[in-house]
Amino acid sequence: MSEPLTESLAAATADGPAPAVARRGVWRTLRRRPLFWVAAAVLTVLGLVALVPSAFAGWFGQPDPRACDLAQSALLPGGEHVLGTDVQGCDVWANVVFGTRASLTVGLLCTALALAVALVVGTLAGYYGGFLDRVVARLTDVFLGFPFLLGAVVVLTSVGTRSAVTVALVLALFSWPTMARLVRGSVRTVRDAPYVEAARAMGLPDRRIIARYVLPNALGPVLAVATTMVGGVIVAESTLTFLGLGLNAPSISWGLQLSSAQSFFQTSPHMLVAPGVVLTITVLAMITLGDVLRDVLDPRGRS
Amino acid sequence: MTDPASAAATPDATLDNAPGSAPGRAPVLEVRDLTVSFRVDDGRAPDVAAVRGVSFDVLPGEVLAIVGESGSGKSVSSLALLGLLGRHAVVGGSARLGGPGQEPVELIGLDRRALQDVRGRRVAMVFQDSSGALDPVFTVGFQLDEMLRRHAPDLSRAQRRDRAVELLSMVELPDPAQRLRFYPHQLSGGQAQRVMIAMALACDPEVLLADEPTTALDVTVQREVLDVLRRLRERVSTSIVLITHDMGVVADLADRVVVMRAGEVVETAPVRQLFDAPRAAYTRELLAAVPRVGTHERPSGATESARPALAFDELVVEYRDRRGRAVRAVDGVTLSVRPGEIVALVGESGSGKSSMGRCALGLAPVTSGTVEVVGTRPGHDSPRTVRAARSRVGVVFQNPAASLNPRYSIGESVAEPLLVHAGLRGAELERRTAELLESVELPAAWVSRYPHELSGGQLQRVSIARAISLGPDLLIADEPTSALDVSVQATVLDVFREVQRSLGFACLFISHDLAVVDELADRVAVLHQGRLVEAGERTRVLGSPEQDYTRRLLAAAPVPDPAEQATRRATARS
Repeated sequence: MSEPLTESLAAATADGPAPAVARRGVWRTLRRRPLFWVAAAVLTVLGLVALVPSAFAGWFGQPDPRACDLAQSALLPGGEHVLGTDVQGCDVWANVVFGTRASLTVGLLCTALALAVALVVGTLAGYYGGFLDRVVARLTDVFLGFPFLLGAVVVLTSVGTRSAVTVALVLALFSWPTMARLVRGSVRTVRDAPYVEAARAMGLPDRRIIARYVLPNALGPVLAVATTMVGGVIVAESTLTFLGLGLNAPSISWGLQLSSAQSFFQTSPHMLVAPGVVLTITVLAMITLGDVLRDVLDPRGRS
Repeated sequence: MTDPASAAATPDATLDNAPGSAPGRAPVLEVRDLTVSFRVDDGRAPDVAAVRGVSFDVLPGEVLAIVGESGSGKSVSSLALLGLLGRHAVVGGSARLGGPGQEPVELIGLDRRALQDVRGRRVAMVFQDSSGALDPVFTVGFQLDEMLRRHAPDLSRAQRRDRAVELLSMVELPDPAQRLRFYPHQLSGGQAQRVMIAMALACDPEVLLADEPTTALDVTVQREVLDVLRRLRERVSTSIVLITHDMGVVADLADRVVVMRAGEVVETAPVRQLFDAPRAAYTRELLAAVPRVGTHERPSGATESARPALAFDELVVEYRDRRGRAVRAVDGVTLSVRPGEIVALVGESGSGKSSMGRCALGLAPVTSGTVEVVGTRPGHDSPRTVRAARSRVGVVFQNPAASLNPRYSIGESVAEPLLVHAGLRGAELERRTAELLESVELPAAWVSRYPHELSGGQLQRVSIARAISLGPDLLIADEPTSALDVSVQATVLDVFREVQRSLGFACLFISHDLAVVDELADRVAVLHQGRLVEAGERTRVLGSPEQDYTRRLLAAAPVPDPAEQATRRATARS
């Protein structure tokens, strides 16, 4: 009796699968997303700018970000300086172009480091729980309770030479705990899912359970936060640099431009707009790419 | 005669047979050509029709059951009546509400404010998950009071309190005045559901829509709630629309039945007529698929062997609750499963049956006593031996959609044990995976599909394929069919029996459904509050139970036969 019944059921259940489900791989699906191409294009351009800023800086006739003339302070956009000049009389366009490398390095490196540490620590704490979990929880409490800026100031003053890499390291040191918390929570919700229990009951090694069952299903919210973190880190670098603790002067970064421009916002907003817009575009492109990837990596988002 | 239009066009013909409703009486709710379709992707994809032209009447004071399997549109229809479907739903047709002495109103297309006035006051709803539907931070009394304040603003504070007590006593809660001060977590599942019914009845609605009101409850508790609903009919004039998939509940409570399938009404008939002489082929299939307890002899696959496949000896399992107190889930149970034998572990929720299964799988801690699984003892032998033994134990969980990794294609899921334990690779792995899928009657071409593309029954067959992939000595099945529709359950049980017969593994089959157990098991063990009440041959335990609890369990499950239900009720009352 089972056969006709199965068939009648296949016809009866509205939520059953369609007879032919379009099957697509990750890349084939990704290729069809216009948003993916937009985000990828923006990030590629930014990458090129970061690698060879001199090729882009000279487009409007002012290739040198350090050729400043106080007599030409705070010029409005137009004329010789396409995006105007800042308080020191430096060309804003050339500064934005040359600032890309430092800002992207700090933003991406710090996020990647924090994410890596958080994934390891958070997954171990979330999956195994117990003593390790308690240690991690208290440790992150300590880091979270510590005033972020004060911590960074103390560490950075004790560091001799400061570059984009050291700043990224210090920022990562203070931003991994929040991420680790998030990873831990996410892993804990997945840990008790029946499919993870089934994997455990099958006698699979922990390594495989974590890598194939837990992490892929727990990563979604973490990636979403990581992509927004890039922007936050770029701004945090600016704060440190403004205090004279970030990048050594005469470094150039978006953060520096933003912090020096903010006091003149009412009289010359253009100094703030240019680096602000690029920063926003960068962060938006990161978030979009993260979202698209998260969708596409999930089989439910593919068919 | 299966055409819904013709059934609706001759309502008098069906009315004459309906017990408890005078022919020719005007219906309280008159649904005509109700259609519901869902817009997909904001109109970029074709609409999905969930309900196509459904018509039925609800007569004053009757219990009308709407029966169907998941996806039949039975819940969607009732939600559509109250405008609870959200903005992606397009609802058409007509639904006229108008009890005796009430102003008639057309529900479809009614604006939000007017609908809010109808909801709760004239049409009330009871949902499946009662503990989820009550707000955990307010007392029962407060929530009842709020309901009354909203819909009967002219009552004074004291009158509202009196009414709340009256409502709670109407649903037969003991000490109703005291219960007003209770928080939802202090009530049992059955009591919470009765409070929900009391809230629904607060404003004397014309129609009470009950969507699977007892599905989440144990059989004995379900019995309690059904009794309350049944006696309510003698006390209030409310008509009840009972939406359910359980033919036993229908036989117990309904006067008339509407059978739905794929968004259409297949058959409308008085309850006895439906069970005695179903007209539609689908109704017959549905009734045939319902398992019943009827103990007939069947050869057992058990083999005599020195070593059992699974043995519990004086097993005790304790958990710590939130305050750190020990809660004893399993209390000194001794039980063994011989090779090739299916032993069913039966009990209600909280009886410890799942804990025993989890112990055997190494997912729950053994507080004292021993568990021996295919010759190894977890906790005593080395982790390596225990892990190696796992490859000889298969497992099938209750919720098929949750027990498969959503990131794996079903082929990858089935292949996982072969890959990890048997070390198969490449073409050999593909061949075995395809074979396994075919052995559970799924097309081998489906290997690259993902779980979300399959239905529950298909997924459960994938779980079975995964569990038997290494030719296990022991299979642990924890409520493998309780999340499935009856006809799907029937096919899954068929597949299960087939693979068990061909592979001959021992099986611990955990279930609350005695009829399913009767179809499958060789021996039955009944658990109650962590203790073994009774264990023995299936025919003996289900046919002539020795213990009172087993008898109660057997009597509480409603059978899909209105005549027998009526006799049972009569004997229970005397």
